[in-house]
Amino acid sequence: MDTLHIIVITILKTAIYFGILMLHVAYATYAERKVIGHIQLRLGPMVVGPHGLLQPIADVVKLIFKEDVIPIKVDRTIFKVAPLISLTAALSTFAVIPVNKNWVIADINVGLLYVIGIAGIGTYGIIFAGWSSNSKYAFLGGLRSAAQMISYEVALGLSLVGVILMAESFNLTEIVNKQSEYWYGMFLFPQIIGYFVFVVAMLAETNRLPFDLPEAETELVAGYFVEYSGIRFSLFYLAEYLAMFCMSALATICFWGGWTIPPILIKNLPFLEFVPGVVWFLLKVYFHIFLFFWLRGTLPRYRYDQLMAIGWKILIPLALVNIMITSIFKYYS
Amino acid sequence: MQKLVKKIKELTVNMGPQHPATHGVLRLVLELEGEVIKKCIPYIGYLHRGVEKLSEDLTYVQSLPLTDRMDYLSSMVNNVGFCIAVEKLIGIQVPERAKFIRTMMAEMARICSHLVWIATHALDIGAMTVFLYAMRDREYLLELFEMVTGARLTVSYPRVGGVRCDVNNEFLDKLYKFTDEFPKKVEEYETLIDRNRVWLKRTKGVGVITAKDAINWGLTGPTLRGSGVYYDVRKFFPYDAYDKVDFEVPLGKNGDIYDRYKCRMLEFRQSNRIIRQCIEKLPEGPILAENALRIRMPESPLKIDKRDIVFEIYTEDKQIQEFIQKFTEVYASVEAPRGELGYYIVCDSSSKPYRMRVRAPSFVHAGVLPKLCEGSLVADVIANIGSIDIVLGECDR
Repeated sequence: MDTLHIIVITILKTAIYFGILMLHVAYATYAERKVIGHIQLRLGPMVVGPHGLLQPIADVVKLIFKEDVIPIKVDRTIFKVAPLISLTAALSTFAVIPVNKNWVIADINVGLLYVIGIAGIGTYGIIFAGWSSNSKYAFLGGLRSAAQMISYEVALGLSLVGVILMAESFNLTEIVNKQSEYWYGMFLFPQIIGYFVFVVAMLAETNRLPFDLPEAETELVAGYFVEYSGIRFSLFYLAEYLAMFCMSALATICFWGGWTIPPILIKNLPFLEFVPGVVWFLLKVYFHIFLFFWLRGTLPRYRYDQLMAIGWKILIPLALVNIMITSIFKYYS
Repeated sequence: MQKLVKKIKELTVNMGPQHPATHGVLRLVLELEGEVIKKCIPYIGYLHRGVEKLSEDLTYVQSLPLTDRMDYLSSMVNNVGFCIAVEKLIGIQVPERAKFIRTMMAEMARICSHLVWIATHALDIGAMTVFLYAMRDREYLLELFEMVTGARLTVSYPRVGGVRCDVNNEFLDKLYKFTDEFPKKVEEYETLIDRNRVWLKRTKGVGVITAKDAINWGLTGPTLRGSGVYYDVRKFFPYDAYDKVDFEVPLGKNGDIYDRYKCRMLEFRQSNRIIRQCIEKLPEGPILAENALRIRMPESPLKIDKRDIVFEIYTEDKQIQEFIQKFTEVYASVEAPRGELGYYIVCDSSSKPYRMRVRAPSFVHAGVLPKLCEGSLVADVIANIGSIDIVLGECDR
């Protein structure tokens, strides 16, 4: 295969990934409104298309054509760049995420590190947006976000160390393959503490309830994106939803066995083997996405200091204990 | 180094009047150090309503709709309070049936108001689902209001000497059905909130008002009772049919946000109990006092000198006329959902109040905000505003 061939294929793969991702994000907003609608005893979108199915498309069209208001005293360059940073970071993480056997854009050795590293860059977008808006609410939102991201990034990273120890690799495909070697087929059971820490940290990383402090609309109006409108606002929104998908995919790959299902299940119900891996993968991802929505419908919001306390005093020690336990088992087995 | 220290300045943030969580048009100026509040100054006065002044140019009956607009979440209680003050002024006896109807309606208004409170308070802390659940139940009561009074929010239903129109059986049946179902609904809110760790963390030990402070600040209603002080106008100075129904006054212990929340949740159940008893005990009879005051309106206000208009009563009851001569000023209060709502009226024997002054609980409660907020975090400000339950329409009359 020559270089040109590889480049063309990669571009094609990226385009397909991008298209599918965008469709997912658009309909995640629809699904969220429907799920929360049912929790809150209302219908959700019902007007545009059958059962409001065309609502996301209508929303996109509306947001694109809306007037792009930029306040007069903002730092214009940074103000414009900030949403792009968030979005680019969120999109880039998907480059290494495998959705099925050999279905991945770039199968690199340090996949897990890459995802965590790139996801962290998204914080810059938020801080830049908060600072450049020249608004106190936005500024406070940006600062909160910075502190929150840094704290929870640590917990998130540490919670995955157990998985890395067990899989002996940073490569996401290998992590999945390693899981299918066990009869139970997923790291969820031995790594239950790690998974718990990961899920909590994942909610905080993506700024979702009960940790949506950077945008806390009742305290900081809308936090870092209070001055944004139209398409720029939607870019932040897009980034948030992409981050949700990214974290869900990571949880699926690292703890739920990715596109595989437990060998014991296949042994007892052989017909399950014929279901394509990507279906299992997506089902597992959707479960996590549903978890995001469900929590949003149920929980109030933590206070800022409580959020920090949970991050530093509960999650990080728990993650460290998990690493210790995993190491001991690893050493003796 | 000193130069550097000088550069650090406190961040001053305006919370309100357009902020999504500063109920109505409250404006709080917060001086922040990080997220900690160093100073909090509440500003009110964006409504420019002048209800008290306006009422001096209106007859007593004409003033009644103005009282609706003060605390628009419990307009029925405001009306009752005003009517009781005027009744006390001229010494009129309200028929029993009207008393029960008023009590029933006032408690419905209390439930409505507390429902809006739990809805917005939960929303402020970030729980949106409770908001929609509470609105669903409030809708039922508003429809009942509409059935009897023709209005949903600003009802203007009670009259001096009774109520405007009678309630029918259909209304009573529906209300009875509501009292059957409502406790289950309250349990539903409690399952969402009561054992929710996040909620407890946000409310327990936050925004504490001691009993002594609460009395010194002149707090009333659930805000006072949350601190464990037993004071309820309905028990201490019973009006309407409150002495004929059985109910308890829920009290808190610690005076924090959670206790105030708990007090109101328990009040839901007590109000429900009162409504049930009112329906069961509702006597037959007239709904408006026979010799009810009917103020003759001046035929053309321009032709008549203001001072010449005197009380003219269709009834020839000498006793009432003597009463009018005797009373020149009066204060009457009722237990509104937010606390003690008092009306002070000075009467100069004309058909209009010479001076009217309203003791609005929201106004008094807004004063305690700086005490609650200083030293706490930005997020607590929102929880505190919610917990003292103010309506700015009443605050800035």
